[in-house]
Amino acid sequence: MTFQPSDTTALVSIRGLSFSRNGRMIFDKIDLDIPRGKITAIMGPSGTGKTTLLKLIGGQLRPDSGSVRVDGTDVHRLGLDDLYALRKRMGMLFQSGALLTDLSVYENVAFPLREHTRLPESMIRSLVLMKLEAVGLRGARDLMPAQLSGGMARRVALARAIVLDPMMIMYDEPFTGQDPISMGVLVQLIHDLNHGLGLTSVVVSHDVHETASIADYVYLISGGKVVGQGTPDEVARSDSPWIRQFMEGLPDGPVHFHYPSKDYASDLLGFAAH
Amino acid sequence: MNSVLKPFQILGESALVSLRKLGRANLFMLHVATGFPGILARPRLLAAQMYSVGVLSVLLILISGLFVGMVLGLQGYYVLTDFGAEESLGVMVAASLVRELGPVVTALLFAGRAGSALTAEIGLMKATEQLSGMEMMAVDPVKRIIAPRFFAGLVSMPLLAAVFSLVGVLGGYFVGVGLLGVDEGAFRSQMQAKIDFDEDIVNGVIKSLVFGAIVTWIAVFEGYDSVPTSEGVSRATTRSVVYAAFAVLGWDFVLTALMFGKD
Repeated sequence: MTFQPSDTTALVSIRGLSFSRNGRMIFDKIDLDIPRGKITAIMGPSGTGKTTLLKLIGGQLRPDSGSVRVDGTDVHRLGLDDLYALRKRMGMLFQSGALLTDLSVYENVAFPLREHTRLPESMIRSLVLMKLEAVGLRGARDLMPAQLSGGMARRVALARAIVLDPMMIMYDEPFTGQDPISMGVLVQLIHDLNHGLGLTSVVVSHDVHETASIADYVYLISGGKVVGQGTPDEVARSDSPWIRQFMEGLPDGPVHFHYPSKDYASDLLGFAAH
Repeated sequence: MNSVLKPFQILGESALVSLRKLGRANLFMLHVATGFPGILARPRLLAAQMYSVGVLSVLLILISGLFVGMVLGLQGYYVLTDFGAEESLGVMVAASLVRELGPVVTALLFAGRAGSALTAEIGLMKATEQLSGMEMMAVDPVKRIIAPRFFAGLVSMPLLAAVFSLVGVLGGYFVGVGLLGVDEGAFRSQMQAKIDFDEDIVNGVIKSLVFGAIVTWIAVFEGYDSVPTSEGVSRATTRSVVYAAFAVLGWDFVLTALMFGKD
């Protein structure tokens, strides 16, 4: 069962990527392609290193071996200046939003413009208000991050991520801990921004239904390997018991409900042995 | 055999951990130093940090300086009066403050007030992915966040130490001349005659610059190097104050020996 993305001009192509942390193997020689202009979902259980994968793509972590090429350049061979130049074209939405807590919503969105451009204030204002309008928070420009709900913070972070008009956005668990309404808003926004702005999106998530509803292509990662890939329909129809358990959220299956332990009865009686 | 070697193994391991951390701290400082030109280009960033690091510490320094000076006035008077030398109270108070207590006590208070705040702030920024987010926006957090804070600390410390010494002398004057009846002229003239600009004041300023660098360096590095969890940030904040206190007292001995040692 090896599907290939239909679009052969991948924006991000990962080859033979291995990464380990504290002696634990997170990725074991994985290959992965993110097609241009599409929404690609990377799903897997918690702790499989999905966020780590985004940090590897963004060049914040170095792989043990293998390569990550973004738009044709090997991210981990770039010097700091070139890496920063590349990052200006990559937006990333962190799980927490990662807004700067001492700046207002407006100043947070203006931050990349102020750091990287010398635009006049009037132009910065227009750009910031346009991006805030796109995420529906133009009216919240004067609020401080502490006054925002989790969903609003993520939308502000999204406005900030697109303010430099990047070629791609990486979403780290965008739906975690959201109520159904803000979840729906975020799903819609990710979809609309991707198609409206001609972006390439990578969504890392374990919210199966929301992610599958907007993804063009899905990778399933578990135990350091790509265990399944395809369009959401193909993945949903997979006959692999693990994929079925994950996609349908079954409590027991190839992944056991119990953490590995010794026999229950002998464990209970074990106290007497001590 | 193993149990014999175990303590050495543990000792060696912790030595390696400490050395590695020292190495990281030095590389980090080099990185911070590269942010210096950026600060000259954006003085507003520095001004904002000087306000939160320096200006907000002024009240603490004023009150502490006043009381330390008043205590010096009292204690000095009791000792000097035994020798009939209470006219020298001004010299004693001023020399103690300018040479030692000004830089040292200010540095210790600064570590508690501003250093701990810096560590906690930076550690929390790390824990909430703000530093990471900045990196992904192609903004170097060391230059944008750390460097202004470090240089603000470096500039603020000597100024705060000067304020401390000034207020301390006034406190000593108030107790000595105002309450205990030391001759006002003697207090002033002896102080002016015996306190040397190069020997005392310049050395005091050098001390406070060194302490400012040490305290702020430890504070920003501990924050930046902290484990990004609530427990990690809390430990880093404690370490920041404790290490800063040790470092200040240790370096004070070294600097005093170098500056005032008669060869």
